[in-house]
Amino acid sequence: MQSINVIPPLVGGALVGVSAGGYWLTHGRIAGVSGLCASLLDPTDRARGVKAAFLAGLVLCGALIASMTPSAFANTTSVPVAAVIVAGVVVGYGSRLGNGCTSGHGVCGMARLSKRSIVATVLFTATGFLTVAALRAVGVLS
Amino acid sequence: MIGRALLAGLAGALFGFGLVLSRMIDPRRVQGFLDLADWDPTLLLVIISAVSTTLLGYRLVLRRKRPLLDVRFHLPIATEIDGRLLLGAALFGIGWGLAGYCPGPALTGAAVGFVEPLVVFGALLAGSILFDLYRRFTD
Repeated sequence: MQSINVIPPLVGGALVGVSAGGYWLTHGRIAGVSGLCASLLDPTDRARGVKAAFLAGLVLCGALIASMTPSAFANTTSVPVAAVIVAGVVVGYGSRLGNGCTSGHGVCGMARLSKRSIVATVLFTATGFLTVAALRAVGVLS
Repeated sequence: MIGRALLAGLAGALFGFGLVLSRMIDPRRVQGFLDLADWDPTLLLVIISAVSTTLLGYRLVLRRKRPLLDVRFHLPIATEIDGRLLLGAALFGIGWGLAGYCPGPALTGAAVGFVEPLVVFGALLAGSILFDLYRRFTD
């Protein structure tokens, strides 16, 4: 097991929680990034403006931090670019099919104690573990 | 209307700050969490902290009849565990483990112009569009 500084993940996670709780208080909506992105592609969604504003805030904040500390974004994965593309497509397709991603199911859904979200989170964590084990087995991950 | 957009933007900014601060924009941390051979507990701490904070927030807010800026809460309607949920989550985990990116961090890094998250986010949108096309074809 790696030894880590526990403060940044605990504080960062709490900020995500304050964001999700705050968005629920003001707008009554789930802060799930895959769902928010999908609504941008859906012209019939009447709450598109609000959802776009959430994503714009996320993006602007990322840009602000990157301009101050670019090193925060320095790390990349060690898998080949073809695998990265496949990964993106599968994540995009899977999150639509399963109605959520790490934020929608893993944070918001689990916090609502939703059965669907708990099952989804356990399942995607399990297939994630298996995938990384497979990458190690074929020597892609070092 | 402007207030609604501003507050949604503020929530998004907090969310992004949390992702960066907790290192979740680093695909190596994410893959490290999914790697039993050299386990990195960062993501577990983030999830525990995020879920408990959100749970508390939801509990407090649900005492209200409605949110501050909308007429009702928009709860997800599906409650059944079906094949779609299982297959979707299983696929999601494979892609998540394969490169260490989920939608939030991919979008954050992509917007800043870093190449790898940009590639992931483009592919992610392609996957989402593929899903829409498939649905339109089969429905």
